[in-house]
Amino acid sequence: MKVTLADIKRGQEGIITDVSSIHIPLKLLEMGCLPGNSVQLVQVAPFADPMYLNINGTHLAIRKETAIHILIEISNA
Amino acid sequence: MPKQINVALIGNPNTGKTSVFNALTGLNQKVGNYPGITVDKKEGICKLPRGVKAHIIDLPGTYSLNASSLDENVVIELLLNKNDKDFPDVAVVVSDVENLKRNLLLYTQIKDLEIPTILVINMSDRMEYKGIQLDIPYLEKELLTKIALISTRKNKGIDQLKALIANYKELSITPCLNASEIDNTYFDKLRKAFPNQLLYKLWLVITQDVNFGKIDRNQIDAIDSFKTKSKADLKRLQQKETIKRYQFINNTLKKGQTIDLSSAKDLRIKLDRILTHKVWGYLIFFTILILMFQAVYDWATYPTDFIDESFASLADWVKDTLPDGAFTNLLAEGIIAGIGGIMVFIPPIAFLFLFIALLEESGYMSRVVFLMDRIMRRFGLSGKSVVPLISGNACAIPAVMAARNIESWKERLITILVTPFTTCSARLPVYVIIIGLVIPEGSFLGLSYKALTLMALYIIGFLTAIFSAYILNKILKIKSKSYFVIEMPSYKIPLFKNVALTVIEKTKTFVFEAGKIILAISIVLWFLASYGPGEQFNNAETIVRTENASLSEVDLDDKIAAHKLEHSYIGIIGKAIEPAIKPLGYDWKIGIGLVTSFAAREVFVGTLATIYSVGSAGDNEDTIKSKMAAEVHRNGEKVFTLASGISLLLFYAFAMQCMSTLAIVKRETNSWKWPMLQLASMTIIAYLAALIAFQFLK
Repeated sequence: MKVTLADIKRGQEGIITDVSSIHIPLKLLEMGCLPGNSVQLVQVAPFADPMYLNINGTHLAIRKETAIHILIEISNA
Repeated sequence: MPKQINVALIGNPNTGKTSVFNALTGLNQKVGNYPGITVDKKEGICKLPRGVKAHIIDLPGTYSLNASSLDENVVIELLLNKNDKDFPDVAVVVSDVENLKRNLLLYTQIKDLEIPTILVINMSDRMEYKGIQLDIPYLEKELLTKIALISTRKNKGIDQLKALIANYKELSITPCLNASEIDNTYFDKLRKAFPNQLLYKLWLVITQDVNFGKIDRNQIDAIDSFKTKSKADLKRLQQKETIKRYQFINNTLKKGQTIDLSSAKDLRIKLDRILTHKVWGYLIFFTILILMFQAVYDWATYPTDFIDESFASLADWVKDTLPDGAFTNLLAEGIIAGIGGIMVFIPPIAFLFLFIALLEESGYMSRVVFLMDRIMRRFGLSGKSVVPLISGNACAIPAVMAARNIESWKERLITILVTPFTTCSARLPVYVIIIGLVIPEGSFLGLSYKALTLMALYIIGFLTAIFSAYILNKILKIKSKSYFVIEMPSYKIPLFKNVALTVIEKTKTFVFEAGKIILAISIVLWFLASYGPGEQFNNAETIVRTENASLSEVDLDDKIAAHKLEHSYIGIIGKAIEPAIKPLGYDWKIGIGLVTSFAAREVFVGTLATIYSVGSAGDNEDTIKSKMAAEVHRNGEKVFTLASGISLLLFYAFAMQCMSTLAIVKRETNSWKWPMLQLASMTIIAYLAALIAFQFLK
């Protein structure tokens, strides 16, 4: 099964491997959500949604429904 | 006289762009509107060395030149239109040292437009703290520009930036990278079709939904070879472009920037562990809200009362000093009473704007958005709706405009429709005066009953907004792509200068805008109340004297004044609508207040001030409040009781009495349908709520 950004746990780090450009707004790509960049989960709101992330040094929050379109590889547990 | 240098300040949100603007222009700034749209246009003048002046425009914050909102369109429209009178001679891109990588994306795009561009790296005071070191000469060489390393907080580097602006002609206009490499064949075709146009400009025109003067999109679309690109293909290319730009930026920063993480301290993580916590996060948020209301009601009362009393004494002084006559009366009862009605707004409004400015400036507002998103979504709103709903407590107009950040159209529309339910500051004077009249003294858990009532009104407004959103979400059949991205900026101690300027600017605009209407209405009202048709008005004195021969002279004067008012033009209007409002517990005087405040609710207090000063005889130092407290029905019962007071409070809580908001909603939704729906439904809800409240409580 593919691992998406929605599966990441707090404190885990990962590398973005692919983003489905149809589902992902350009704005998110411009903020650094691109293949090859690192990603870390900083904090989750109740019900694990939205997710507060550190992508490539940029801190931002996105909803889970967006996160499932971002494929990652978890690099540390 | 030397020509002014046109400077455009451009940058990502949260980079301190506005601080740079404030540092450059100080108090030489003004806020206006772009023609036809409601985006704030901030411009100012900066004095450069050797008597040269720079005209500086602070453009709305944007992450890139791919616009996704009206505010961002303004940036692109200006940068693509060489004929605009504000077209920049030099662009100043403001970046933040902690987010250089992301900020440089916009920088490389602007360089592609071949405009001389200065790079400002702001917040340099945080470099040591974050373990960041920069090789400025190397970065200047790679980015083909001059860099100003500044700190608006420590007031460092501003002079260097001014010098760079003055010498803008020395800057290179060569782009940093060749973006057309992402699809050479496509861009070659484009180049051949439009040999005289800048390639990147064409690309921007093709990929945006905006029209830019001379280059017409349809003209480009008309050429067959460009039709081959579908929307999805274009988006893929834009993604490729973004990746390419980041590659360049990463390579540049690899050599030009070193970050020593071991010496970096992160306050953000520690603070966020508490402030975005599942329990503490919400507790802290609500505590802040409670504090805000306490400030607006309790702390603001002192200056408000002072202003109120000062104007009452001023009116008396004018009456005593100037010779009797129509002009003196107009001045004292119409104009001064009217202006006084506006001035009492200043303290509570300033407090509200102060709180909102502090929340925004510190970076805390984004955390609230994060905390609230999931909850708000259940009501068809977005976490970002929190910003309009909170700013709606100051004024619905900027609040409706703040909804622009919401990506999904449906969520945005619902936010716009429900925001006017939140308690804007124009309701505040009405609330303050009615609460002061009808709510008893006493306190509960250290909070006075009056403050608690005010808080309850805020909560009612907010809950109604949320509940209406829930219903609208079920009714409205709108399909729109919903996504949600919000930056979580690092925490900053708000800069005093920024906060002060925001508070002054907003309060000033509000008082002047509202003030014009209130003053005009006050004068008209005074005339309507001072003159009347027929026997009853003109012979009031004789009629009253014959009817009440036994009364003392003072009582008689009061009776005459009241009789006159009742038969003046305004009295006739008030009487005409009395049957409709009687079930709500109002008399015809309040009716007049309702009619005049239809255009703007804040007019209510001014109206009552005018009516009651006209209505009371002789000179007394009474303020509006004590005059209202003394007001009685014809049968001797008090007009302002708990029942009629609560009914009035509820009417004002729900009714849509603000022309300006309706106009803004029309602009933002591009149709009269939505504001009319708002007006009709809010008025009906207000009437019913007031009716039920009065009938139950009386």
